[in-house]
Amino acid sequence: MKIPVSSIRLPTRPGREYESRFDREQSMLKMLAIPIASMILASMVTTLPIFSAGPLLPPFGLLMFLSWRLMRPGLLPIWSGLPFGLMDDLFSGQPFGSAGLLWSLAMLVVEIIDSRAIWRDYLQDWLIAALLIIAVLLGGWWFAGLAHVAPKPEILFPQMLLSILLYPLVVRICARLDSWRLAT
Amino acid sequence: MAPPPHRRPGFSRKAQYGLFATYVVAIAGTIVAALLLTISVVDPTGFSALRAFGSEVTAPVARVINDARQSTQAITHNVSAYIDAASKNVALEKQLKAHRSALIEARALHLENARLRGLLKIADEDAQQVAVGRLISSTASSTRRVATLSIGRNFGVERAQPVRGPAGLIGRVIETGPTTARVLLVTDSENLVPVMRASDGLPAFSSGLGNGLVLIKPLNLGESPFKVGDIIITSGNGGLYRANIPFARVIRKTSDGALGLPFADPANTPYAVVMKPYLGEARAAQQALAPDGETKEVAE
Repeated sequence: MKIPVSSIRLPTRPGREYESRFDREQSMLKMLAIPIASMILASMVTTLPIFSAGPLLPPFGLLMFLSWRLMRPGLLPIWSGLPFGLMDDLFSGQPFGSAGLLWSLAMLVVEIIDSRAIWRDYLQDWLIAALLIIAVLLGGWWFAGLAHVAPKPEILFPQMLLSILLYPLVVRICARLDSWRLAT
Repeated sequence: MAPPPHRRPGFSRKAQYGLFATYVVAIAGTIVAALLLTISVVDPTGFSALRAFGSEVTAPVARVINDARQSTQAITHNVSAYIDAASKNVALEKQLKAHRSALIEARALHLENARLRGLLKIADEDAQQVAVGRLISSTASSTRRVATLSIGRNFGVERAQPVRGPAGLIGRVIETGPTTARVLLVTDSENLVPVMRASDGLPAFSSGLGNGLVLIKPLNLGESPFKVGDIIITSGNGGLYRANIPFARVIRKTSDGALGLPFADPANTPYAVVMKPYLGEARAAQQALAPDGETKEVAE
């Protein structure tokens, strides 16, 4: 026997001043928007009035992207390197498509590593991130050199070192954002 | 960390195909990015509209923060001026006396120069300024040295206009948006500037090194004629940059040239003046024959 919809009554309960502490739903908007917004904002850091003599500012967009990927596997779809990379290209000054390609490749590399080294600890994640940061910075230098005259690659060393050392900080920021994201 | 749950989709065909599709999309995305990159390598100005959009969107925040930064810099400067003020004052007064006579002589020379030019009927094209703006951000994480200027097409800024600050040459405009423009700094490897030594007019070329310094090479190759402390100014050759703009100071001599530190520090320049190209008409005629960026070096 089917029950007509109109006959379903929600259980009535006395009105409360406060929200229930049990069985609360996470906000879908927060769960999606926080990682996306954090990565885009991190890419936009280069548009702040920061002037450096050489390439010194770490690529915060890439650091944020790698932290989310390594800290929460399965959160970012495997194709997400393309949209976030292209977004980064808008602000970084690199030839358009350079980060789109490099981040996509980084994503595929992490996916391959995920299928081989399944149980990893934090130090191994840091090592993977460090190698990817070096590869992406060198790749960006090479692509910039294809389109324009490029300086010597040695000027990237300080930026590489700074980025690798800043990765743990970005992971911690990510972890804080993640607990806020999943909070009910 | 445990493997992510989506790795083993179970026996559901739908889930298996879904997982497979994400891999296909990922690889297709990589190929799309490679194509976009190829386009921007072949035509570096191709996506300038997108980049202009990016800088337009973020410019308001950058403007506000830049204003705050400039005023804090002014505060620290004012405070530090009080330290040791009396002895500084004495030294400055001495310097002022010494410079006063030099200034009067320079004024007389300027007048005489103008009279002689009038006699010779040399019509000097005025280096008129187009607009005055500020540098609001730079590509601090990229190997390219490009800064964003706070004014754009609305103020008449166009491509290939030189930009200078109060201390010296900053660069030239490469892309413009409605209210922002991008300036290729003199420290970028792609920016070649015809320069000369201020003391004797020795002609040279400067190219950026990407690390805040410029490499200065004399036109007559050979042993480096430069000395540490030489002042380099623009020579006006090529018709883009006006002559006699302060450019750099030599800080180290190399085997065939010198390393120079540009006078204009983008981080510290209070304003940036966009100027009309020096000898604009002659340059336009030259550009019609052989445009910049299209004549490529022949590989050996």
